Order: sequence, then C-alpha cells, then structure tokens
Amino acid sequence: MLKRTLTAIGALSCLATINVANAATEVQWWHAMGGRLGEVVDEIAVKYNASQSDYVLVPTYKGGYEDTMTAGIAAFRAKQQPHILQIFDAGAATIINAKGATVPVAELMAEHGAGFNKEDYLVGVRNFYADSEGKMIGMPFNSSTPLLYYNKDAFAKAGVATPPKTWEEFEKIAPKLKDAGYIALAQSHSPWIFSENFHSRHNIQLATGNNGYDGTDVKILYNNPEMKMHWGKVKNWLDKGWYGYYGRAWGDNQDAFVQQKAAMWLGSSGSFGGLTKSAEFKFGGSFLPHWKSIIEEPKGTFIGGAALFAMAGHDDEEYKGVASFLSFLTSPEMQFFWHKETGYVPITNAAYDLAKTSGYYKTTPDAEIGILQLNQPAGEWTKGYRLGYYVQIREVMYKNFDNIFSGDATVDEAFEEIETESNDLLERFNATYN
Amino acid sequence: MKRVQFSHSPIPYLFIAPQIIIICVFFLWPAAQGIYQSFLLEDAWGLSSQFVWFKNYEDTIFKKSWLQSATFTLIFSFLVTVLSLAFAMLLAVKANEVIQGARTYKTLLMWAYAIAPPVAGLMGNLMFNPLIGDLYFFLNAMGWDFNHKLSSFDASFVVILIAVWKQVSVNFIFFLSGLQSIPKSVIEAATIDCKSSIRRFWTMTFPLLAPTTFFLVVINITYAFFETFGIIDTTTGGAPGGSTSTLVYKVYTDGFRGSDLGGSSAQSVVLMLMVLALTVIQFRLIERKIHY
Repeated sequence: MLKRTLTAIGALSCLATINVANAATEVQWWHAMGGRLGEVVDEIAVKYNASQSDYVLVPTYKGGYEDTMTAGIAAFRAKQQPHILQIFDAGAATIINAKGATVPVAELMAEHGAGFNKEDYLVGVRNFYADSEGKMIGMPFNSSTPLLYYNKDAFAKAGVATPPKTWEEFEKIAPKLKDAGYIALAQSHSPWIFSENFHSRHNIQLATGNNGYDGTDVKILYNNPEMKMHWGKVKNWLDKGWYGYYGRAWGDNQDAFVQQKAAMWLGSSGSFGGLTKSAEFKFGGSFLPHWKSIIEEPKGTFIGGAALFAMAGHDDEEYKGVASFLSFLTSPEMQFFWHKETGYVPITNAAYDLAKTSGYYKTTPDAEIGILQLNQPAGEWTKGYRLGYYVQIREVMYKNFDNIFSGDATVDEAFEEIETESNDLLERFNATYN
Repeated sequence: MKRVQFSHSPIPYLFIAPQIIIICVFFLWPAAQGIYQSFLLEDAWGLSSQFVWFKNYEDTIFKKSWLQSATFTLIFSFLVTVLSLAFAMLLAVKANEVIQGARTYKTLLMWAYAIAPPVAGLMGNLMFNPLIGDLYFFLNAMGWDFNHKLSSFDASFVVILIAVWKQVSVNFIFFLSGLQSIPKSVIEAATIDCKSSIRRFWTMTFPLLAPTTFFLVVINITYAFFETFGIIDTTTGGAPGGSTSTLVYKVYTDGFRGSDLGGSSAQSVVLMLMVLALTVIQFRLIERKIHY
C-alpha cells in the first residue's frame, strides 16, 4: 500500500515537473513608452508572443522615464524586479555603476542566446550604454538624436530657402522669420540638446575621466568658453525675440512649433511620427546646427532615449527568454517596424540596410536624417558620457538656464553654479557607489 | 515602605491597541527608517551602504538650493494660510448674512472642496498656458508682462493663487459652521449696543471665531507645507530656477527622481523637526490666548 502511494506521488510529481516545463515562462518588461509609442510596444509584444511558444512577454507601462526607473529601483529593493527594465540616458550611470543590479546584455546574449556581435550595431549606438572597455551593458531600445525641424510654409513666407546648417546662418535668417511674424526657434530639453549634444557636435570633452566612462571620481567640464559663448548667444536671441522659451516641459515647446508660433524647433528624431500627425503645415527635418567658429566640420551627435537592461536575480530559464526576446527585438524586421512606426532610429546595420533597400527613405527622406547625423564622423568625445546623479545635474542645468533667461544670473555666474553644484553631486555619487 | 499597587485591567489597552498599532506601522516605523536612512550613503538599488553620520545633512542642508527652497516654503505657507483664511472668513461672514437663495450660494462656495490638488494644478496649468491660457492672455492684456515660465515672482503668483483658491472652500465650511454656532442672543445684544457692523465683527464675531481660526491655521499650514505638492508638481515643477520648489517637493525630486535616498532622508528629517517645532509653538503660544 505504502509503496503504491509513493509511486503515485512520484508519478504525480513527475507530471507536475513536466507541466512546469511546458508552461511558458513569463518575461516581465517595464517600460516608459506612453501614447502611440506604448501601442507600438504592445504590438511588438503581440508579435513576439505569436512568433514562439516558450515565453510570454508581458509589457507594463510604468509612467515617464523617471517613474519607470523609480519603480524598477523600488521593485529591485523588494526583490520583485522585472526581467527587463527600460532606463533612460541620464539614469545609465545609476544602474551601470551599481555592481550586481544588471546582467550585461553582451554576456546575456552570449550565454543564453544566439551569441552577440558588437559590430552588428550602428557605430553611433554601440558605445553609449557600454562600459569603459566597450562591453554593451544595456540594449539600446528607443534611440533618438536631436534634430532641427522647420516649418516650410513659414520659411517660404519669410523668403528663406533652406534650414540653417550653422548657428551663424541661423543668425542671418532669424530676423527675416521675425519680420514674417514668427519666433525663429524653440527647443525642447535644453540640457540634452544645448549641453550634452553641443559637446558631441563640436567634439568638446564634457567631463574628466574620459567623459565619465573610466570611473566615478570625475569632474564636470561644462564651464568652458564655448558653452558660455553659446549660451550668451541664446540669451541674446531670446531678448531679440528670435528664441522662444515655453518652459521646461517637452510638449509646451513642441506645441509652439505645431501651432506655428515658432518657425523652427529643436526636438528628437523620435518626434517625427508625432509631428506628421499633428502639424497642419509642411515641415522638414535637418541636422542639428553647429558653430562654424568652433568646428569646421561637425561631428555626430549622441543617441538619446533609453535602453533595456536585464535585471539581476532571475534564473537561467528566464534569462533565456530575455535573450530570445532581445534577439527578436533587434532583428532587422522588428527594428524597421519600430523605426517606421515611431521615428526612433534602427540600431543595427542590417535593419538600416533593410530600411534603405525597402525604399522607405525615398518616400520619407526626413526619417533618415537622424541616422545620417549619428553616422557622421566620430570624434574623441562623441561616444557618450557616463555621469552619476545626472538626473539632478540636468535639474541643476535647467535651474541655471532659467536664471540666464530671466536675467537673474549672468552666463558666467550660471555656469560657475552649474560647475559647483554638479561637482558636489558627482562627489556624492562617487562616495556612494565606491 | 511598601508601595500601594492597584491591579489594572488589560482591557483598556486592548481598546487603544488598533490606534497604537496604526501609529506604529504607518508613522513611527517609517519615521525611524527615515532617520536611519539619513545617516547612510546607499546606492539606489540597496546593494551597498555605509554609515556616514552627518554627511548627508552637511551635503544638503544649508546649501544654496535648500535655503532657497526653505525661504520659499516659509513665504508660500504664510501667504497661502493668511490669504485663504482671510478670503474664506470674508465669504463666510457675507454668506451668513444672505437670506435669499442662501443654500445655493453656500453650496457653490463649497464646491471647489471636492477638487484634488493635482486636478486644481492641471486646471491652473491650462489657464496659464502661454499658448492657450485665458488667464495668461488676460494678465498680459492688462499690461502685466506676465510670464511664469521665466519670472519667479509670476510663477509664485500662479502656485499661490491655485493653492489659495483650492483651500478657501475648506476654510469657508468651517467658518460658516463657526458663525452659525454663535448664539442669536449675543448677536442681538451686540446689534443693540453697536451699530457699526465692522466694529461688531472685530469685537464680537472675530473673538468668538478664534477657536475655529486657530484650528484652521494649523490645518492650513500643514496644507501649505505638504498637500500643495500636487499643485506644484502639475504646474511649475519647481521652475523657474527652483524658485517654486517647496521643501517637500525638493525631498521628492532628490529622492525619487534623483534616487539620492540619504540626502533626501536627511532633508525630510529636518522637515519633520521644523513641523514639530511649528506645532509646539502654535499650541504653546497661540492656544493660550484662545478661549473656548
């Protein structure tokens, strides 16, 4: 009798294990893609889940970039972390410097997936989320870069033929646009475009220690003559009515362009899809202008946006699922789909080739500008930056840019303040993460 | 000598237990955690931490941005409290005198009470939007070069206006019920003795409203310190130049958005001490002068 029972239990438990093995493993993905972007993310999940039966991908929208990161941190502390967490550029240092929070995707793909070859990825994309040796830690997901958008109707009205390639040219056409009744330029996210990418575009170092890649004991170099010259000019443009500042919020500045108050707008290559839907006028995209007085031939820009990180603390079977999904996501077809639907750049060479051969850029040439800009010649200081507490450093920049605009601080005072406050933060970060 | 001991029944303790447990779980324990965290330098993920005594306090308190935030908090709380109490009292006194359609009038004044601070903030945000905001256009048409995205004065004006608007209705309800509890006979006697209604207000109504006012002062200061968070988050976000960031908002930006747990814990401990001091002052100094 006892023997029989034991056999039965044994058989049952065997069945149970088989059941577990057959049940699809869940892969949780927390992301920050709202609105139309969120819909595309859901479509990707549906496509992935239909493509195989071993894993079930569950995407969850967790709010903006900062909310998603905070949710991920809280979950990690409570040992409830998702498998994949989307973290934005400014938060990269926080996750990469915390040893043991994430499994580098390069290792993950090599160990649990179909292998990993860095050369597959676009040059401008490869290093941004990599460590100092170039090992990719995060998988770039929604990669964008700052671009100039211009209202073609406004340009025609003002008698301006082409968008400015340099800021010198901008200063020539801005009065014409003003006479035609427009604010010449508005911008969303000045720390990203007029600080970080300003340095990349002009090939200027922005922090010691190899832009922060070599360690956490670093100092910021924003207080440099080129930056101060630029911001002096921006303040000057504002006073002349050439530049419009509609607050910090990304959308408020974009709205100024959409509602045809501003003739040009500095935004993200990822804004392309949204503008196509909302703008009731003809618009075009162009490269981010540079100062000819600083650099003759401009360098490429940084990728912005966010990357996907595989969180530590899961088992091998789940990591296999993560690797399988990341392979699916980086396949040329999916990258092209994402690129077409959102305007974010494809991250692999194969996907870019597919987009080219499909004739997509023949019909919508503006969609290629972001990639072309990322692929412009690299310089010493164009691979990226890695700075701790960078979310607060951006906050410090916003604060001091506000003070420049309002006249509460001179450009010199503002940049001194940015330097001191940022270095205090970097010091705290260094003390915390070492 | 032998001390006399009375035997206590454990039942009273049982009755207060739920309250005590709630205080322990939702107040004392988190507060203790906060104090402990304020002495630690810990990475966001909780993978490594070190005990650093007062480094977090040294790094954050009395720094320029903290002082700016503290100054704004004090001015903001003072103005919000005084203005919302003054407007509410005026409205309550006047509404109390209305005879025709009194109920409709009162209901309309209480209406805004049901609106949550973030919603009030969002509404204000739309009204002050530089591209579509009616109030923004109105103020500029009146000759005020109004731009709350750049001027810290204008930005403070926006958050104070919304915070006061939201709070007036709460105060109104309390004042109105306070007024209605003043005995008819006292009012009649005062009317016979003095014909100036303004004088009657200051010598009779105002002192009799004192307990209500005191209670509301405490409530309003707490509101201005903490609950206005939603308004600030949805309107200015502390901009421009950090000039409309209250201390609570700064704790949030540093801790939650910037993931600096130690620094933001240190700030919240200081905030806790400030509120504690404020409450003690209120009860020790002001309450003595009030006769219930």
